Amino acid sequence: MTSAVSFQKVSRHFGSVRAVDMVDLDIVPGEFFAMLGPSGSGKTTCLRLIAGFEQPTSGSISIFGERAEGVPPYRRNVNTVFQDYALFPHLNVLDNVAYGLMVKGVGKLERQKAAEEALSLVRLPGYGARRPSQLSGGQRQRVALARALVNQPKVLLLDEPLGALDLKLRENMQEELKSLQKALGITFVFVTHDQGEALSMADRVAVFNDGKIMQIGTPEDIYQRPKTRFVADFVGSSNVLPPDFVQRYSGQHRWGSLRPESIRIGRAAKGDGVAARLVSTNYLGATTRLALDADGLRLHAIVPAGAKLPREGEAVVLTFNREHLHLMDEPG
Amino acid sequence: MRSDGSPSAPLGLKVAAACGLLFLHLPIFLIFVYAFTTEEKSFAWPPPGLTMQWFAVTWNRPDVWEALSLSVRVAAISTLVALVLGTLCAAAVSRTRFFGRETISLLVILPIALPGIITGIALRSAFSLAEIPFSFWTIVLGHATFCVVVVYNNAVARFRRTSGSMIEASMDLGADGFQTFRHVVLPNIATALLAGGMLAFALSFDEVIVTTFTAGQQQTLPIWMLEELIRPRQRPVTNVVAMVVVLVTLLPILVAYYLTRDGDQIAGSGK
Repeated sequence: MTSAVSFQKVSRHFGSVRAVDMVDLDIVPGEFFAMLGPSGSGKTTCLRLIAGFEQPTSGSISIFGERAEGVPPYRRNVNTVFQDYALFPHLNVLDNVAYGLMVKGVGKLERQKAAEEALSLVRLPGYGARRPSQLSGGQRQRVALARALVNQPKVLLLDEPLGALDLKLRENMQEELKSLQKALGITFVFVTHDQGEALSMADRVAVFNDGKIMQIGTPEDIYQRPKTRFVADFVGSSNVLPPDFVQRYSGQHRWGSLRPESIRIGRAAKGDGVAARLVSTNYLGATTRLALDADGLRLHAIVPAGAKLPREGEAVVLTFNREHLHLMDEPG
Repeated sequence: MRSDGSPSAPLGLKVAAACGLLFLHLPIFLIFVYAFTTEEKSFAWPPPGLTMQWFAVTWNRPDVWEALSLSVRVAAISTLVALVLGTLCAAAVSRTRFFGRETISLLVILPIALPGIITGIALRSAFSLAEIPFSFWTIVLGHATFCVVVVYNNAVARFRRTSGSMIEASMDLGADGFQTFRHVVLPNIATALLAGGMLAFALSFDEVIVTTFTAGQQQTLPIWMLEELIRPRQRPVTNVVAMVVVLVTLLPILVAYYLTRDGDQIAGSGK
């Protein structure tokens, strides 16, 4: 089966900056794919390479088996939902949505009908006559989505689609995007710096850093079995454990990671616990986050709210299930 | 700060402001009045009598029509040249980064900051060095130097306010460069171009200094008026023409003002 999007050793350099550096990537048709990373990690450049706004310095890109280098954005069957939505202020909502069909020469009645349908799909029926400036942020986002989907793209690209929305709206949109993607069966590729968003929405996640992909896998893979210290730290703020520490529990001299929720806090010394001191507690609602100091090693633990907690500064003993200690690829 | 006191200004300030405004506008009012005077040799105050005859006289003077037609043609063509060049330059400067961008931006604006006499002398010596005979086109070139600036300034401001991703969005949705320009770029800068163009037209229409240096035997309307003041013959005709000039230049400037003000509101509400 051909990949929806395939990168072979793709690089994009801006002067001496390697925005994207020898990236290999295969996105399966119909999947919800997330590109996750901090700002400047190359994820957005990758998206722009797929859209055609950037051309690779080297390497090859194909979209559903067709070579994409040198193909301008307007000849790709790929559409983008922009971070700032990029709606056309001089057109009303219906004409915005119908724009792609208009430039392809679809007749007025036909394209308006298609635009109405797309607006219903994003649950904004009857909003066609309004101006983009009369809509709320969430509504503009839906219009941008409808404007892309009306062209029936093979791949839909979303650049930080939920970045500008407030928390409540973001959660609703996450679910909606996910069910929309399932219903339409279109390959969605979205860029985000929010690991929670990537884990909850995507079928697979690529974690970017410094223009390279650090790891590609299912959200569970990425979260439970990070391959590098960067992934462990960036996705879910895992505790990164130095090789000397890891050797005591696993016998192998390698970097390890331990999820904060895997750490149990005890008061008395028992078994093979790690002696530590509670530095601070941070109440998060459903859980409480503890900062601990284990002989110079800073660790974080997350415990359910309501658990009995020691006082700050008190000595505690940390225990964890050795199976939860994950060994990373990086040797010590 | 007197935020709690009465908003009314003291009487002295009001009188001073009124005097200032009178000083600015009374002479213009006098020009209008003398267009109706019955005295043709000198401007005597008060006018000995009022008449409409000068309008008919002006209408029948072929030299007025020649000068007016030349001025309109020069202004129209200079504005057209300025619209094309100014927009292209504004697009380049605001859309891309390249070596020397700031310098180009400064060089484009410079002609309006330079005294007209410098521009005029420079152009005149350049034309004679290149052995270009003075003609309609040398006047157009001279006027285009400052008309470009006005269009450029308007277009650059509008380009800065329009989001760059709009052009990408248009390409993304299948529009090629020409379609994007026609359906997205042009509608978004149209009012700025209209405003810039009208301002350029008005500037060109009443330009004297650069024209003196770049015109040969031809007379644009302002030059004609200058000549006419020296030769006292049917003097009120000049005043009638002056009224026309005021109207022709004032209306575009007013329209330009309202157009750009509107544009600001649209851009502001778009967030």
